[in-house]
Amino acid sequence: MSLVTEATTRPAENFRVTRSRRNVAWTGAGALAVVVVLAMFPYIVYSGTTAILVQAFIVLTLASMWNLLAGYAGLVSVGQQAFVGLGAYFVLILALHGTSPFAALPVAAILSGVAALPLWWLVSRLRTGYFAIATWVLAATVMLIIEKFSSIGGGTGMPLPGLAGFSPALLTAYTYWAGLAVTVVALLVIYLLLRGRLGLVLTAVRDDEVAARSSGARVGLARMLVFMVAGAGCGAAGAVLAISQLQVQPSAVFSVQWTAVMAFATIIGGLGTIEGPIIGTAVYMVLQQTLSSYNAWYLIILGLIAIFVALFARRGLWGLVDEHLNVRLFPVGYWLRTGQRSAAPSGLRSEKRGTSARATREDSA
Amino acid sequence: MAWVNAIIQGVLIGGLYALFACGLSLMFGVMKVVNLAHGDLAVVAGYVAIGVITVTHIPVLWSFLIVVPLMAVLGYVLQRTILQGALDRSVLTTLMVTFGLSVVIENGLLQFFTANSRGIGTGLALVTGSFTIGSQIQIGYLPVTIFAVAVVVLLGLQYFLSRSKYGRLIRAVADDKEAAQLAGADYRHVFGIAAAIAFGTVALAGIAYGMYSQLSPTTGTDIILLFAFAAVVIGGLGSLWGTLLGGVVLGVAQQIGAQINISDETLAGFIVFLAVLVLRPQGLISRGAQS
Amino acid sequence: MMSEPARESQRGASKRPGGERGPEKGPLLEVRDLVVHHSQLRALDAISLQVFPGEVYAIIGANGAGKSTLLRTIAGLHHPTTGSILLDGNDVTGLRPERRAAQGIVMVPEGRRLFGSLSVEENLQVGATYARPGPWTIDRVYEMFSWMRERRNQLTAQLSGGEQQTVAIGRALVANPRVLLLDELSLGLAPVIVQRIYGMLPQILATGLTVLLVEQDVSQALRVASHIHCLLEGRTTLEGRPADVTADQVEAAYFGLAGAASASQPGEGSEP
Repeated sequence: MSLVTEATTRPAENFRVTRSRRNVAWTGAGALAVVVVLAMFPYIVYSGTTAILVQAFIVLTLASMWNLLAGYAGLVSVGQQAFVGLGAYFVLILALHGTSPFAALPVAAILSGVAALPLWWLVSRLRTGYFAIATWVLAATVMLIIEKFSSIGGGTGMPLPGLAGFSPALLTAYTYWAGLAVTVVALLVIYLLLRGRLGLVLTAVRDDEVAARSSGARVGLARMLVFMVAGAGCGAAGAVLAISQLQVQPSAVFSVQWTAVMAFATIIGGLGTIEGPIIGTAVYMVLQQTLSSYNAWYLIILGLIAIFVALFARRGLWGLVDEHLNVRLFPVGYWLRTGQRSAAPSGLRSEKRGTSARATREDSA
Repeated sequence: MAWVNAIIQGVLIGGLYALFACGLSLMFGVMKVVNLAHGDLAVVAGYVAIGVITVTHIPVLWSFLIVVPLMAVLGYVLQRTILQGALDRSVLTTLMVTFGLSVVIENGLLQFFTANSRGIGTGLALVTGSFTIGSQIQIGYLPVTIFAVAVVVLLGLQYFLSRSKYGRLIRAVADDKEAAQLAGADYRHVFGIAAAIAFGTVALAGIAYGMYSQLSPTTGTDIILLFAFAAVVIGGLGSLWGTLLGGVVLGVAQQIGAQINISDETLAGFIVFLAVLVLRPQGLISRGAQS
Repeated sequence: MMSEPARESQRGASKRPGGERGPEKGPLLEVRDLVVHHSQLRALDAISLQVFPGEVYAIIGANGAGKSTLLRTIAGLHHPTTGSILLDGNDVTGLRPERRAAQGIVMVPEGRRLFGSLSVEENLQVGATYARPGPWTIDRVYEMFSWMRERRNQLTAQLSGGEQQTVAIGRALVANPRVLLLDELSLGLAPVIVQRIYGMLPQILATGLTVLLVEQDVSQALRVASHIHCLLEGRTTLEGRPADVTADQVEAAYFGLAGAASASQPGEGSEP
């Protein structure tokens, strides 16, 4: 019996398209609980711990952005450090003009997103490999230009004004909450974006770009939007970085190591899933904390693991979990459910996963 | 006259940039791989050369004979194993793997050799000597030699690609690797040869750079990779002479930038690169190849 | 499988045009129960066929029937899920395409697929790089197509469709194949050109080659083939000599109309 006859003889009412396999409300409540608990940390843990967590928030935000770019939009950028630096410098500039750095944070994020526009215009036509290096060159160029302005520190950097008035405990707490807020907002934005039309367009492009374009998908627009969101997100992370370090130094904020960290965390955790960067960040933090005294080693090990994962375990750690448990904390895909849960005739499984946000580009290559 | 000197200097260093760039261009043309670790390999070659010279006390020029073939073999092996594996997955995977390699190499060098930069001292008159034209134009022996070597290597590569059996195979595989398979060619082997050539030329350029300037763990990405890529874009993909021209334009732009403001050397080069990217993505010499 | 020996002796006994063979001589190229998938889609469903030396074996069928998939699998560009391919009795199923070319299975792919940045002569040179010993050389190709000698240094991207097709055939010939696979020669070419190209087949066969071709144009296939094999949705619907089949039978097999009778006699050919 051919597929055509099979599909047309089954009654239509038996099919239902749902958003997720389990109740979203549960994971939503769980996530809220986690956030509330995290928000209480400054009251219950040492400042050393909150400082580490701030770092984790920065990395998680960056990794989520890199994942959005590479895992969903197919844009491998090796120049996101440009936005990290821009975010930090926007905060610095605003603080120099009297704004509190904390108030400047959201503005810096938005400005970074806007700055992404001209940069996108420069590199958007490039093919994947060229795009990667071009973003790297762009980041280096942005740094060189900023270094020319001695009013914002030139090549050596300068301390971030506007933080001296806070007591150490309060400063730590505010910095922590800023980091937490940035991460929560970033994840929320990504989740909502991918759940909506943009997610559909990106997944369609990932499966078959020509078909997606001819179906009317505004591919270029979708990618530009992603690039801007990633710019804003990395900028926000850079702002938190500046606040947490109390100073802004070009070589620190524009370092390509930020891209290395966000890329490795994403790859190891799982490219193409929202949960992946969370796991990847955890791995990064563990490695970084245990090997912190051996300066470069954690990056070497992280890099080697990332290479291994990219070659042999494409879906990363989250992919391994996902395959076995079939759980999604952030459901952005669709499930096709049949009326009866009995075994289906040959050719159709009773539950077929539709457009799920995965890195399936390799499969169809 | 400082300007004339600057331009001449820029032209000569352009030859070295072209030598850095031709391997990157070859790997992209044949395998469609942008090797983000390309620059770091040059630095590795330089460090290995320093190590060999320190241990065996052989003359500096002999280090080329040892390190370049070694790197070429490494290129073949790396291509047949890791890079081919990444290629079989997807373009994204090769980018991530080569980026990973770049980070691992740089931090490995940092760990074992510290961040200090070092050069390959020769003590030869070659390095320090120079000759003068007229009364005000001074040209160092070393830059001229490097430029001459670069041109010779590019000529050799051009001849190899257009006349030899493997050169033809490389071009055929670059055009259509499946059709090449049908004609009896194992494209993985051809990829390996292309990688060997790329690694060999970049090693040659890296050692030369170590003689001309200093090498540090981050030189591979800060300078070599980005400059090589800029040279390729400015000159256009698909033509070795375009790459030479691209290197020269980059070098001249940098020297002019340095004349305007000593710290603007690198920036000037990048700005020219960005301008070409915007105005003429195919580069100055285009074979109709798209960037 | 039980009917195999009976099938072979029947084949051997019947006269298949294109060269002499006795009842003991087996097929040069044999495909056994080939199943090929494109991801989840079953493109070929237990296809079997035998091509004897000197034959022109034509595979026909509508778009999407699986013709090119079959040829590409024989050439080694696709991996079958199950089944085997034998060249002169040797199992080549596990060999990569370049190894198969070295053994003597050479394909002229659909769409010509010449090396566009190489000249005519360079294309032939690449084809000759891993050639088996045999009568075909670049010079002999130039003898057959004199215009090529004059334009040997021209880039193939600048040639017309028909000229490109001949260069592609020449590139395959200089490898001295035993079985020449031709995938959709007529695609994109004017009928006059197609006729001319197919007119070369006798010359090619005369040097001892065997031809297995895929052709959209059924009448063209029937004109040149010594044996035809029709596919529909990945299954065999007809098999036999052109002289033994009627136009109605071919039409029925091509379109899969109900009640289509197979031209093959019991014991010969495969059932859907």
